[in-house]
Amino acid sequence: MSILTAENVSFSYDKKTDALSGVSFSVEKGEYVSIIGHNGSGKSTLARLFNGLIKPDKGEITVCGYSSLDKKNLFEIRKRIGVVFQNPDNQLVASIVEDDVAFGPENLGIPRKEIGERIEFALKAVGMENYRFSSPSRLSGGQKQRIAIAGVLALKPQIIVLDESTSMLDPKGRKEITGIVRKLNEEEKTTVISVTHFMEETVFADKIIVLNDGKVFMQGTPSEIFSQRETLKKIGLEVPYSTFLAEKLKEKGVPNKGEILTPEALAEAICELK
Amino acid sequence: MKDFSFGSYYPTVSFVHKMNASVKILLCIAYIVAVFLVQSFYFLGFAACFLFVIIASIFSRVPFFRVLKSVKGILFFIIFSAILQVLFNKEGTPLWENGFITDVGLLTAAFIVVRITLVVLGSSLLTLTTSPVELADGIEILLYPLKWIKFPVHEFALIMSIALRFIPTLLDETDRIIKAQKARGADFESGNIFKRAKALIPVLIPLLISSFNRADDLADAMDSRCYGKSKNRTRYKKQTVGIRDVTGFVFTAGLIVGVIFLNGVLGVAV
Repeated sequence: MSILTAENVSFSYDKKTDALSGVSFSVEKGEYVSIIGHNGSGKSTLARLFNGLIKPDKGEITVCGYSSLDKKNLFEIRKRIGVVFQNPDNQLVASIVEDDVAFGPENLGIPRKEIGERIEFALKAVGMENYRFSSPSRLSGGQKQRIAIAGVLALKPQIIVLDESTSMLDPKGRKEITGIVRKLNEEEKTTVISVTHFMEETVFADKIIVLNDGKVFMQGTPSEIFSQRETLKKIGLEVPYSTFLAEKLKEKGVPNKGEILTPEALAEAICELK
Repeated sequence: MKDFSFGSYYPTVSFVHKMNASVKILLCIAYIVAVFLVQSFYFLGFAACFLFVIIASIFSRVPFFRVLKSVKGILFFIIFSAILQVLFNKEGTPLWENGFITDVGLLTAAFIVVRITLVVLGSSLLTLTTSPVELADGIEILLYPLKWIKFPVHEFALIMSIALRFIPTLLDETDRIIKAQKARGADFESGNIFKRAKALIPVLIPLLISSFNRADDLADAMDSRCYGKSKNRTRYKKQTVGIRDVTGFVFTAGLIVGVIFLNGVLGVAV
C-alpha cells in the first residue's frame, strides 16, 4: 500500500479560482519524491494539504491509511508526516536549540528520558550536536533550518515534507540541507517529499511530479522528465544546467550517452571520449 | 545577528545562577517583604538587608558594580520621591522658623531612598542571575496553582517564551526595514520629536504586517508538530529543588527573622 496518496484533490482559496484541481498521485514507502513547478503552480498548497493544515475541497489525501478529511485523524497524520517550512526564523518555538527540538516530542507526551534520547538522535542526524545549548538567533540560516529538521525528526515521522525549505538559504546552506535529507532517505529509509523550484535538487529523486496551473503536468523519473526540455520550457521550467549543456554538446557533435543530470555525470561522459 | 541579551542577565556559573528559578523568585519576594518590614529609623534593619545583598552577590559572582548599576535606571524616580517627601511632609518640627522643610520630612525621604534602592538591588540580583527563559519557566511553575481556577498556565508560559524567542528576530527585522526606508530617502534623524515619531510610521506598519505573517507561519509549524492535539503533554525541562535552594531559603528566612528582631529591640516605630 502506498504511504501517501492524493486522489483527485481540488482546493481553492477563494472559491473562484482553483489552486489545485483533480490532482492524483501516490508516494511509496522509502521513496524520494520531488514536486516542482513555477510560482503559483499550487505546489505549496499541496504541502499544506498533506498534513491537514488545510482540507481538500474535493478528493482525499490519505497518509498511512488515515484520511485528512476526518479531524480525529489529524494527530495520527501529523505524528507520521513532518513538515519543514520555508522560513527558518518562523518555525522555531524556543530560545534554546534543545528546547525547540523537544517541543514535538513533548506534544506527543513522550516520557522525559526518551525525549533526551530523541534530541540527541535528531541533532546528530543533522550534524548540530555541538549546538544543543545554543540560541537559534545566533545561528546561520542553514543551521536554523537544520534545527527545524531536527525538530521534525524528533517526532520520528515516516515521511518528511520539505516545503521549499531551501529557498531562503545561500548555496552552502542549500547543499547542507539537501545532503542531510538525502542521507536520511538512504540510511533511515525515511520517505521524503521535497517541494522545490531548484532543478538541481530534484536529480536525486526517485520520482518527479511536475505541477502546472494546479494540475499534474508530468510524472516520472528525473531522466524521463528532463529528456523533455522543450515541453518543460513551455511551462517556464528549465532542466538542470548539466543536462542542458550535455544536450548542446550533442548538437555540436560531441556525443554523450544516456541522460546526464549532474556535473559529475557530464564530466564522466566527456572523459569517456577519446 | 545581534548580540542581544534581554534585561541584564549576567551569564556565568555560580551558586546563585544554579538555583531553581522559581525558588529564586519566591526568595526575591521574601526579601522585598523583609525590606518593607523595616520600621526603625536607625537603619539597622536596612543594614541587615544590605548585608544580605552583598553576600548574595558574592555567591552569584556578579561584580558588585553591576548590581549597583541597576539603580541608575530608576535614579530619577528615587530622587523625585525624595524631593516630594522633603517638600510636602508636614510632620515634625520645621528646621527653621516658618520653614516648610521638617526634620521628619528629611528622615522619611532618606528612609524612602534607602528602601527603594534596596528593593532594586535585590530584584536586579534575580534578573542578573536568571536568564529570561529560566524566569519564564520559573513563573510557569509558580502559576501552576492557578490551573485550579482554569487559568491556562501552560499557554501563558508558552506565549511568554515565544515572545522572548522573537525579540532578536524582530529587532533584526526592524533594522532591515529602517535601512530599506533610509535607502528610499526616509529621514529619521532630523526635525522635532513629533516629526521623528511620524517618520517611524513607515517602519512600524511593515513591522506589524510581517509580525502577523510570522505568527501565521509559526502557528502552522506548531500545528504540524502536533501541538495541542494530545491531552497529556510532557515536559522535558527538569525542575529540581536542591541543597542550594534550601540554603538560600534558610538564609532569607534568617534575614526576615533578623529584621523583625531589630524592629522589636529598637522599638522605635514610625
